[in-house]
Amino acid sequence: MNLASWQRIRYIAYKEMLHILRDPQTLFFTLFIPIVELFLLGFAINTNVRDMRTVVVDFCNTQESRRLIDQFENSGDFKVVERHQSEQAAYASIVAGRAQVGIVIPEDFSRKIESQQTSPFAVLVDGTVSSVAAESVNVGNALALRASLAQVLKGGELPVEARPRVLFNPDTRSAYFFLPGLMVVMCQMMATILSANAIVREKESGTLEQFYMTPVRRFEVIIGKMIPYVVQTTIEFGLIMLVMTTVFQVPIRGHVALLFALLLPFTLTMLAFGLLISTKADTRDAAGQMAMGTIIPSIFLSGYVFPLDSMPEIFKTISYFIPTTWLIDASRGIILRGTDWSTLWQHATVLWSMAIVATVIAAVRMRKQVV
Amino acid sequence: MNLATNESEVVISMRGCSIQFGKFRAVNRVGFDVYAGEVFGLLGPNGSGKTTLIRALCGLLDFSEGEASVFGLNVRTQSERIRERVGYMSQKFSLYGDLTAQENMDFYCGIYGLSRVQAKQRQSELIELTGLGPYLNRAASKLSGGWKQRLAMVCSLMHRPRLVFLDEPTAGVDPVARRELWDLLFQLASEGITLFVTTHYMDEAERCGRVGYLYLAELLALGTPKELKALPSITPEGSKRWEIRGGVAAEVLAELRKRPGVHEATIFGQAVHALIENDVSLADLQQRGLSLQVAEPNLEDVFVTLARQQATKVGAR
Repeated sequence: MNLASWQRIRYIAYKEMLHILRDPQTLFFTLFIPIVELFLLGFAINTNVRDMRTVVVDFCNTQESRRLIDQFENSGDFKVVERHQSEQAAYASIVAGRAQVGIVIPEDFSRKIESQQTSPFAVLVDGTVSSVAAESVNVGNALALRASLAQVLKGGELPVEARPRVLFNPDTRSAYFFLPGLMVVMCQMMATILSANAIVREKESGTLEQFYMTPVRRFEVIIGKMIPYVVQTTIEFGLIMLVMTTVFQVPIRGHVALLFALLLPFTLTMLAFGLLISTKADTRDAAGQMAMGTIIPSIFLSGYVFPLDSMPEIFKTISYFIPTTWLIDASRGIILRGTDWSTLWQHATVLWSMAIVATVIAAVRMRKQVV
Repeated sequence: MNLATNESEVVISMRGCSIQFGKFRAVNRVGFDVYAGEVFGLLGPNGSGKTTLIRALCGLLDFSEGEASVFGLNVRTQSERIRERVGYMSQKFSLYGDLTAQENMDFYCGIYGLSRVQAKQRQSELIELTGLGPYLNRAASKLSGGWKQRLAMVCSLMHRPRLVFLDEPTAGVDPVARRELWDLLFQLASEGITLFVTTHYMDEAERCGRVGYLYLAELLALGTPKELKALPSITPEGSKRWEIRGGVAAEVLAELRKRPGVHEATIFGQAVHALIENDVSLADLQQRGLSLQVAEPNLEDVFVTLARQQATKVGAR
């Protein structure tokens, strides 16, 4: 690369920066929307099951039956909202959606306990929301088991007890799971759409044709255009991280520098995707749609929303080829667990390989493109 | 104006050049030379391949056959070096509208590899030439059509090209600005810069030193405007071009078109021009008080005739 090349890259980068600054509306939205999304996910979304609306039908109405209901409520997972005198009424309120869980205690509940017989009670669960159903069944079983043991031991100590300690996220807050992933997904969206637009905009306005009539080379265009967007994406990432640590109090256990080091190849890959899109699309609308086409699968298959471990083997394999998967994993590792270089060198290797391959493909495609 | 055309120095040379897009042939076996310092005009209807030809000469497209060189550099293999030496100004305004005139100029100076000192000097030269001075800090999109074209021209001249391609530079520009732009072009030409201009305007074609006519991908004619008008095929043996004045032009036209042996009848202002075979009697027209005069073909006549003849020939194939 010679001096003229450097000069051209410098001027392209500077010009591109001017475009960014001259369009405050786009700049505002690219910086503002991720912050809105951050607040939405941070505050509103909670995948943990708490305070499930519960309807109670207590035919027994004794000390034992009332204690059982108290135990359900004390777990924090259930909240009694209605009481009825018939199973049908309880069922109707689940159908209507007023309650998610029904607890039905038969008339002979206490009597059977006293006579040392198995004393069943029913837990009706609305299965339409699978997490609610699973949680109710688990808690119902646990409470029954505990009550049974207490009965058998007659006030003696429990022989074995599990004391779960949730590491890295003691309160099991959803924000811990979502925010480190959100940073990555937001940067992906921004980098892809911005870089796709950067070329398509010039196609639309005819400036690309004029530009290609100069001695400029394609790789200079690519590098020159990427530089300001790498800077913008990195600022965005830092901004989200700042809000995450201050507003949502998510502590960062690992080295932030490590995360930024991994962000670079990821951003380059996404910018290269954007450039690839721009060789196919002729209008900004078309480019936007194609960009969403690459973003949506990577949101669902990267482990951002749905844990990878519960996916079928084939999707798990696909996810390894998605750059987002690697950076989300690294991001959660660094921020939540303090993962260090001894593991992350793999992520770095994969992300840099992807960045190089994607950039080369984009450069080749752009060279073949007829203006 | 007597321009310093130097026929011994060939700037563009094309031999049997074709451009193929899939099954569509955009340029078919075109060959001609453009000499240093001339104003070369390329005419032809939309889609005849003018822009495609320019792109290929700059190396953005490949010729599928034939040999072409610019400044002796092979278009196929040395296009980057060609682009360092030529300027290009397109029919559409193609500078950055959100950047100021000054920023656009700075950008192209940087891209063409001028140092800061060189850029400053060259810019002040061109600003003086074009009078762009008062508009430097205005966003390019806010300039009027004529000033946009001047800015585009300034940007394409930053690197002192010896050859400038102007692809319909005056499309959509008002007549005054058009005249001024041509004055500028002739000033450049007088400095020995070769200009390769495409246009639709006949008056602009008349200003060119030599004119080529491209129709359906083929070069139908090439020469000075005078040579083209004198082409034997334009006024075939046994017929004459007449200018008929008086009466209502539209009625005269309608009547003439019905007569066998009358070709290409058309209205110019209040007169009707027509190519009429000599054995057609025009005595009745004269008796009605219309004035008849043998006329020289103008360039439009030339191109209309060439296009008609070619269309008949292609249709016959």
